[in-house]
Amino acid sequence: MEQHELRQWENKCIQEEVPQCTASCPLHVDAKTFCSLMRQRRWDKAWAVLARTLPLPGVLARLCDAPCKRNCVRKDAGGSIEIGLLERFCAENAKPVAPPRPLPARGKSVAVIGGGLTGLCAAWELARRGFRTTLYCGVPGSDLSALPETQLPAGALERELENLARLGAALETGVPLDTALIEAQLAENDAVFLDSDALSEAMADFGEPDELTLGTGQPGLFASPRGESAPVLKAAAARRAANSVERFTQGVSMVTGRELEGPYATRLYTNLGNVEPAPPVVNAAGYTETDARDEAKRCLQCECMECVKNCEYLRHYKAYPKVYVRQAYNNESIVMGTRQANTMINSCMLCGLCEVICPEDFSMADVCLQARRTMVEKGTMPPSAHEFALRDMAFANGEKAALARHAPGADASEYLFFPGCQLTASDPGGVMAAYADLRQRLGAVGLLLHCCGAPAEWSGRQALAGETMAEIRGHWERMGKPHLVVSCPTCLKALRQGLPEAEISSHWSLLRALGLPDGARQQDTELAINDPCAARHDAVLLEDARALLEQMQVRITEPELSGERTECCGYGGLLSEANPELAKAVRERRAQAADEDFVTYCVMCRDMLAKAGKRALHFYDLLYPAGEDSAARPAPGYSARRENRARLRETLLAELWREESETETAPHESVRVEFTEQARDIMEERRILTSDVQKVLHAARETGACFVHKETGHVLASHRPVVVTYWVEYEERGDGFLVHNAWSHRMRVKGGAS
Amino acid sequence: MSVIKVPEADAAGWKCRACDAELEMLPVELEYLDSLFTVALPTCPQCGQVLIPENLALGKMNQVEHLLEDK
Ligand code: SF4
Ligand code: SF4
Ligand code: SF4
Ligand SMILES: [Zn+2]
Repeated sequence: MEQHELRQWENKCIQEEVPQCTASCPLHVDAKTFCSLMRQRRWDKAWAVLARTLPLPGVLARLCDAPCKRNCVRKDAGGSIEIGLLERFCAENAKPVAPPRPLPARGKSVAVIGGGLTGLCAAWELARRGFRTTLYCGVPGSDLSALPETQLPAGALERELENLARLGAALETGVPLDTALIEAQLAENDAVFLDSDALSEAMADFGEPDELTLGTGQPGLFASPRGESAPVLKAAAARRAANSVERFTQGVSMVTGRELEGPYATRLYTNLGNVEPAPPVVNAAGYTETDARDEAKRCLQCECMECVKNCEYLRHYKAYPKVYVRQAYNNESIVMGTRQANTMINSCMLCGLCEVICPEDFSMADVCLQARRTMVEKGTMPPSAHEFALRDMAFANGEKAALARHAPGADASEYLFFPGCQLTASDPGGVMAAYADLRQRLGAVGLLLHCCGAPAEWSGRQALAGETMAEIRGHWERMGKPHLVVSCPTCLKALRQGLPEAEISSHWSLLRALGLPDGARQQDTELAINDPCAARHDAVLLEDARALLEQMQVRITEPELSGERTECCGYGGLLSEANPELAKAVRERRAQAADEDFVTYCVMCRDMLAKAGKRALHFYDLLYPAGEDSAARPAPGYSARRENRARLRETLLAELWREESETETAPHESVRVEFTEQARDIMEERRILTSDVQKVLHAARETGACFVHKETGHVLASHRPVVVTYWVEYEERGDGFLVHNAWSHRMRVKGGAS
Repeated sequence: MSVIKVPEADAAGWKCRACDAELEMLPVELEYLDSLFTVALPTCPQCGQVLIPENLALGKMNQVEHLLEDK
């Protein structure tokens, strides 16, 4: 990833954007943090948040008319947060804090002329920035004297004037404010600010201040716009002037980059979807502690996090895409040292849900897939992450499982059935029934047993994915470019991309048009539909699937995340390879998305749901029912999946084409082996196949190299067929074996027998 | 070549069947990705056959494998 791409991604995720309240506050008070502290009754801390941002906080917090309310997101769910009332409560009840510490002295002096609220705020802001500041006025805070005690209690102004002095501002009171004073101060200081409303007569000579800079015709002379009545806008003008004075005395541009002064628009999006409406807390007598807490509780603590709320993977790593993309970027930049984000990058299901949900279309899938490709290119992809899946893919495309044939007796194919390697692994009976049905109704239907290359694609191995597609293309062309009929939504997506010139239909669309097969289950049942993530953007497929279910009289329940917004089952992106724990959490979450039994048209979804203990049906279970309670069928383990593929191929060859399987049997395949139940579970969890065990046993028999246990008499042997060493603990039983345990590692003993 | 300490591998009860010999902790070279380590592991003193027990393979060894993969 290039740095500019990182920037683009980071900019896309708006999670760190400022909340509406802060953006629309002319002074940018951090109302979100303020409310968060108020809801915890931490009044003093909350006050510190206000005092950090407001000049003369004891005055301003009591006078602010809260323009932020106009944009508060709560507005549409009961009413905006009463920030003004909360501020007032806080001013009354929190322990006063010392004024902020001013910045180091700049060696520049400024005179502020006019002591209305604007002038006082300007003196505060300037003194705070390290200017030697003198305020000239008649009576300080003259425009506040008319306020009733209920709004500005006695002593509040005086305390802040003391704080102003502690900030270092000098106060010259009782001074006549006229042009002569202004001119004298201009001559003596680096800049002068006029509180226009406090000396409107004298101002006339200098013209209206510029809207952006508040500069006048006279260099170094700044002035507030006349007639501002809202206290917070007076303070905002003072801050703007202070910013201008700072720029002026530094000799930098007076105009560039000032967009974020005063209220501005923020891109932060906050979803109100699950927010209960609640009206503001009102109390004419002023807030009690409970009132204040309750009102603060209504604050939504605005943030986006839309994708994180809906993706277990994004939630798992405890941040959000803006942070993740930087981690992925850093991961890639590491030359020496540990790449901390490898597992994170390999754990995204590449399902595309985040992109659909994100208000800015952020695609974590794009980020992760790109990162994986780079890792593969640079040779830094951890070998263990995807190797098992890639070996499994090689098996599916190898001589034992792959097959390409015209229909028995035919020498051409009008259609070509492509069930996909996972369907053949999980439900070979269903595949046979489907193929028979297709031939019966369509005639010349060829068969192609092959993997679409999704594991290669997901693991970032583009070249391998390309080779796999080239093989498929070869078969398809040799068979006369028949119309492809594809069951698996992932295959469908891959083939449409890889063979754009081919005519391709989903098996489901075809059946919708052809009508249900004889024997299809038709009974009034209610099932929750689980759309596979590969179907997310395929509106036709989503609709065909539903139509087919309706033809079977299924009443369909839609989980909250469905259709275009469906969730991945945890298989996508090879998550279960790179991060089995997280995959488990994902499928369990999905299993809970509906009370009804699930029905789905992706067999991996079905098997993942079954693994999570959820009753789930594949469309084939309804279309080609085999009699048993299919929703309860357990997901076949890794070894069984391979055996299913191999046996399906053999059976089809024998029964349909009357051919003997021509594949050679390797010597280890004849090793007779049984497993304890515990050994089976362990092997499944550790991804050790029956054939791996057979290889170990065969090698031990050949070489005699093994250990024996003095008490149990168990034998322990190892073998390293390729890059993994397998260990098997077993008992010898006549000419067969009973396996008790098995484990593996990738490290190699140098020169050793293992 | 770096040297890594592995907590004593638990190979109690096993002996080499071919040589009928008790195993001894002997230095063994382990190799993964471009790294080599010397570790003391239960080994047959006669034929040199090395035993990698389950707890070592799934514990420390697995951790080191991951560490090296992320290097
Ligand atoms: S709900 Fe809270 S965080 Fe959101 S805009 Fe309103 S005050 Fe700000
Ligand atoms: S798993 Fe799906 S929703 Fe989650 S980040 Fe990856 S692509 Fe997005
Ligand atoms: S949905 Fe996710 S990626 Fe998109 S802006 Fe929100 S937090 Fe960022
Ligand atoms: Zn020996």
